[in-house]
Amino acid sequence: MNTIELRDLCKSFGKNQVLKNIDLQLKSGEVTALMGPNGSGKTTLLKSILGLVIPDSGKILVNNADVKNDFHYRNLIGYMPQIANYPENMKVRELFAIVKDLRGHKEITDDELIDNFKLNEITGKNFGQLSGGYKQRVTGALAFLYHPEIMILDEPTASLDPLSSEIMRNKILKEKQKDKIIIISSHIASEVETLADRLIYILDGKIIINKTLKELKNGSQELKLGKTLTEILAPVLHNKKS
Amino acid sequence: MNTKILKYILLDLLRSKFIISYTLFLFLMSMSVIYIGHDSSKAAVSILNIILFVVPLVCIIFGTIHFYNSREFIEFLLTQPVARKSIFWSEYLGISGSLSAAFIIGAGVPVISAGINITGVYLLVTGTMLTFIFVSLAFLSSTINNDKVRGVGLSIILWLYLSVIFDGFVMMIFYMFRDYPLDKYIVALTSLNPVDLSRILILLQIDISALMGFTGATFQKFFGSITGKFISLMLLLLWIVIPAFISLRIFNRKNF
Repeated sequence: MNTIELRDLCKSFGKNQVLKNIDLQLKSGEVTALMGPNGSGKTTLLKSILGLVIPDSGKILVNNADVKNDFHYRNLIGYMPQIANYPENMKVRELFAIVKDLRGHKEITDDELIDNFKLNEITGKNFGQLSGGYKQRVTGALAFLYHPEIMILDEPTASLDPLSSEIMRNKILKEKQKDKIIIISSHIASEVETLADRLIYILDGKIIINKTLKELKNGSQELKLGKTLTEILAPVLHNKKS
Repeated sequence: MNTKILKYILLDLLRSKFIISYTLFLFLMSMSVIYIGHDSSKAAVSILNIILFVVPLVCIIFGTIHFYNSREFIEFLLTQPVARKSIFWSEYLGISGSLSAAFIIGAGVPVISAGINITGVYLLVTGTMLTFIFVSLAFLSSTINNDKVRGVGLSIILWLYLSVIFDGFVMMIFYMFRDYPLDKYIVALTSLNPVDLSRILILLQIDISALMGFTGATFQKFFGSITGKFISLMLLLLWIVIPAFISLRIFNRKNF
């Protein structure tokens, strides 16, 4: 059983306080969706867990161990960023070789996305020759390749075509059965309804909602996430204006 | 440093059109200088002037632009189980290694084939050290600035200052205080500029320092050839190490 715990996490960029005293606990077997307006702090939160952004204060614990100045914990994590870009003369197979070299202790790889995205056909191509969508498919396949226990997916379907998005969603649903921690940031309410068990809504660097989708349904048969969010957020936004 | 990452960064860069063009440019320039004139000493001075002008400019601009263009790739590497400093050194050695290889092939083959023996070796050593120094400075301006335009701007200012403005500045001080015995201070000032140091290193070797630049003459007067060369080399090494370690320190705390 893996856990991620954020304790009183704060981060500012200059005068702009992006994360304000974030407390959060995530555990295996749950897909957590991170939602919020652009610039609300979603990506900063995900990047803090990955060690890309260094918090000003607070703690990040992965499996109860502080990740500050550690990099070994990233063996547990598969990450798919919003934007993927690689050296233009590097071949696709060379990028796979780098990841294999860095994580090569695991013999069995998860090649499902490599097959479904038809990446075997482009392994000899340079990244400079690939479209943005193809680069994103490669990134997606790499994120799942070494059976990570923790998956951090930053808008995983945003740059993918409809068919590839569906392949990605199905893959996430499959991984959900494997008792992993899966965190997805998304703007698409229907996607969150399909994939997630828990919703975290961030506004101006603060967690406004942290509830399971079951709790959000509040007894009704069907969840209309867009409508529910509007109802919950209306008083918060009203107070903010006044 | 992570040799696995370094290998792939080097492979990527050695295939880049820019590195190939840079190699060809140095090769053609050096060949034309050597075969148009017949005096190897004059050819060495001409190649020196190309090295002192072109190498710092190419290395600092290419290093800076490459750092910004690799941002997403660096981010990707940072999400893998590998230490930040390993990624930094792999990037640093990948860029300086490929630019040095371009320089050694581009300028080295003509120089060695023309039989400019020990001076040729000095030219190659100096050019390679300048490559490492200006990539260090490129990393410094890239890690300080998040914005690419600012980073490239700072790099251009650094190059302009060290390659063009500095010598004039030293001359101006010497002229303004010409009634005072300033030689010692001029030597100290020279060590603040790797381009001047490189020039002195070669000129002490060719033994025509008095003809080329005022600082070179002062340096020889103080140190004599062997001591002067040794001190220049040590100072050049410091010029590689200090900016590189400051950049590493910033890189380790940087948000991506």
